[in-house]
Amino acid sequence: MTLPMGRAMREVFGETVAELANDDPRIVMLDGDVGSSTRADIFEKAHPDRYFQMGIAEQNMLGAAAGMATMGLVPFISTFVSFAVVRPLDQVRVLIAQPGLNVKITAGYAGLFTGQTGMSHIIVDDVSIMRAMPGMITVCPADDVEAAEVLRWAAAHHGPAYIRLVRDATQRLFDDSYRFELGSAVVVREGRDVTLVSTGSQTPRVVDAADLLAGDGIDAHVVHVPTIKPLAVEAIVAAAERTGRVITVEEHTVLGGLGGAVAEALSERRPTKVDRIGLQDVYVQSGPNDTLLDIYGLSAPRVAEQVRRLLGHQA
Amino acid sequence: MSADIPPAAVDAAEIARLEEIARRIRVEVVRAVNIARAGHLGGPLSAADMLAALYFRILRIRPDEPDWPDRDRFVLSKGHASIGLYAAMALRGYFPLEELATFDAANSRLQGHPDMTRLPGLDMSSGSLGMGISAAMGMALGARLTRRDVRAYVMLGDGECQEGEVWEAAMAASRYGLDNLIAIVDHNKLQQYGWPGNGPDGRMPPQAPGELVAKWSAFGWRVLEVDGHTMEDVVDVLEEAGHGDGRPTVVISHTVKGKGVSFMEGHYFWHTRAIKPDEFAIAMADLGEPIPATNGGGR
Repeated sequence: MTLPMGRAMREVFGETVAELANDDPRIVMLDGDVGSSTRADIFEKAHPDRYFQMGIAEQNMLGAAAGMATMGLVPFISTFVSFAVVRPLDQVRVLIAQPGLNVKITAGYAGLFTGQTGMSHIIVDDVSIMRAMPGMITVCPADDVEAAEVLRWAAAHHGPAYIRLVRDATQRLFDDSYRFELGSAVVVREGRDVTLVSTGSQTPRVVDAADLLAGDGIDAHVVHVPTIKPLAVEAIVAAAERTGRVITVEEHTVLGGLGGAVAEALSERRPTKVDRIGLQDVYVQSGPNDTLLDIYGLSAPRVAEQVRRLLGHQA
Repeated sequence: MSADIPPAAVDAAEIARLEEIARRIRVEVVRAVNIARAGHLGGPLSAADMLAALYFRILRIRPDEPDWPDRDRFVLSKGHASIGLYAAMALRGYFPLEELATFDAANSRLQGHPDMTRLPGLDMSSGSLGMGISAAMGMALGARLTRRDVRAYVMLGDGECQEGEVWEAAMAASRYGLDNLIAIVDHNKLQQYGWPGNGPDGRMPPQAPGELVAKWSAFGWRVLEVDGHTMEDVVDVLEEAGHGDGRPTVVISHTVKGKGVSFMEGHYFWHTRAIKPDEFAIAMADLGEPIPATNGGGR
């Protein structure tokens, strides 16, 4: 059984922030000339006076957002992950993270789904970078339901946050009753043999992988970690204790992201054998979404296959 | 032009008052850098007159209410001139003058480069060059959106104008017609090291003559020029700059790096350098505060 498809997070982004702005006059949208892609155009239609086209100039956009935040406004950023994180990284560091200003770095086109753009646009290390930055909350929603919840949380939270949003429709993990809590971990499948920890839109594929593994007699415990920082250390320790074996899975480099964070926490708190599935220190080429997931080992069958191998099972 | 106290007329007495404040800023800059054995000198000294005029006449601020929402904003984009800003703020009453002695020290509110989380009255952290103008541009845009009569002032270095972000911000500010945004370029004709050439001490100025005027004009800004060490003109140009014409305004302030201290003026290597005891005595004498020779050392 595979999880059903949900809506694209970018649609949810445009709609939810526009909706939040109905009740919150502080909310503004700063767009780096990609509003028709990130769907900031939905916000623009609803609130033309609070939509600011900043042109193809991301360093200035992030700096201007910081200045607007000091005026009591709540800027949301519309650009792609690579142009929200690495292009203006020093602006994010000096003008947003260091002063703790209330800017929401809502970056679209996270992970492999970028409309076949290739490695200039596919950033593999954004989570590692942002989580290492003091003062930066880092959130990777699993699906459209959680993305909307995270955006609502972000508008209410005072301070900087990095929120990683996916371009295309992905599988839906949660139902409408789901409530996001910062720093939480969500057990999405109970099992006894191995703990699979995942984040972002990779989690639904890990749930599907767990179903495949069940057919081979492997009972996987699946934990979704939406917040990479602050990390749900207690819940991860508990999940590690439950099975004694941990494998992390992420649509991101295994260096310093979810896998790194989990390995750090467990080596300090409860030394446990941890393997990390994800991008193995490589850049990603362009290609259709499903093809990329297969090539880079992130589709449900490929995840299941790697888990089997790591656990020493024959396929 | 405080919102609370009607400004004095720009008569000779007012100019003399502001000139004396600028002199005292320079004295405090040299003292604090001498105590710290660290920090920058050339940039704060070139900017002192402009800072005096801003903090004692132009900015609508309340030192006893630093977070007053309707205050004018000031961003020191050339954050390495921090001690000049701190001296102006201390003299204006934001914090005790004695605190200047903690400049650059551990746990001080007066960090090497401005940290807004530590010192009330700083409208933005800065230090990584090119960024302050973006923040100020955002403040000006935010003031307009929230319908507040707030001006955002930002001071840049001329070397800083080599940063690409400055021109990103210039384009965006022009596009939005932010005439409540006023940039001041402290055009002291030297940067930390500069290109080799036949300029002073074998280094070239950051720009060719006229280059800054041409560039800012081309980016759609109203450009005003001033001799940044003639107080009457500084006051005039800042008052003119405050009355927008639909465009953002830049004041190109022609200054001398290290202004006021004979042996520092016009030398790039006084951008940042520790002062020796005999040099300190000369500097203080140059600035009209001669000290006993036995009292000239740092801590």
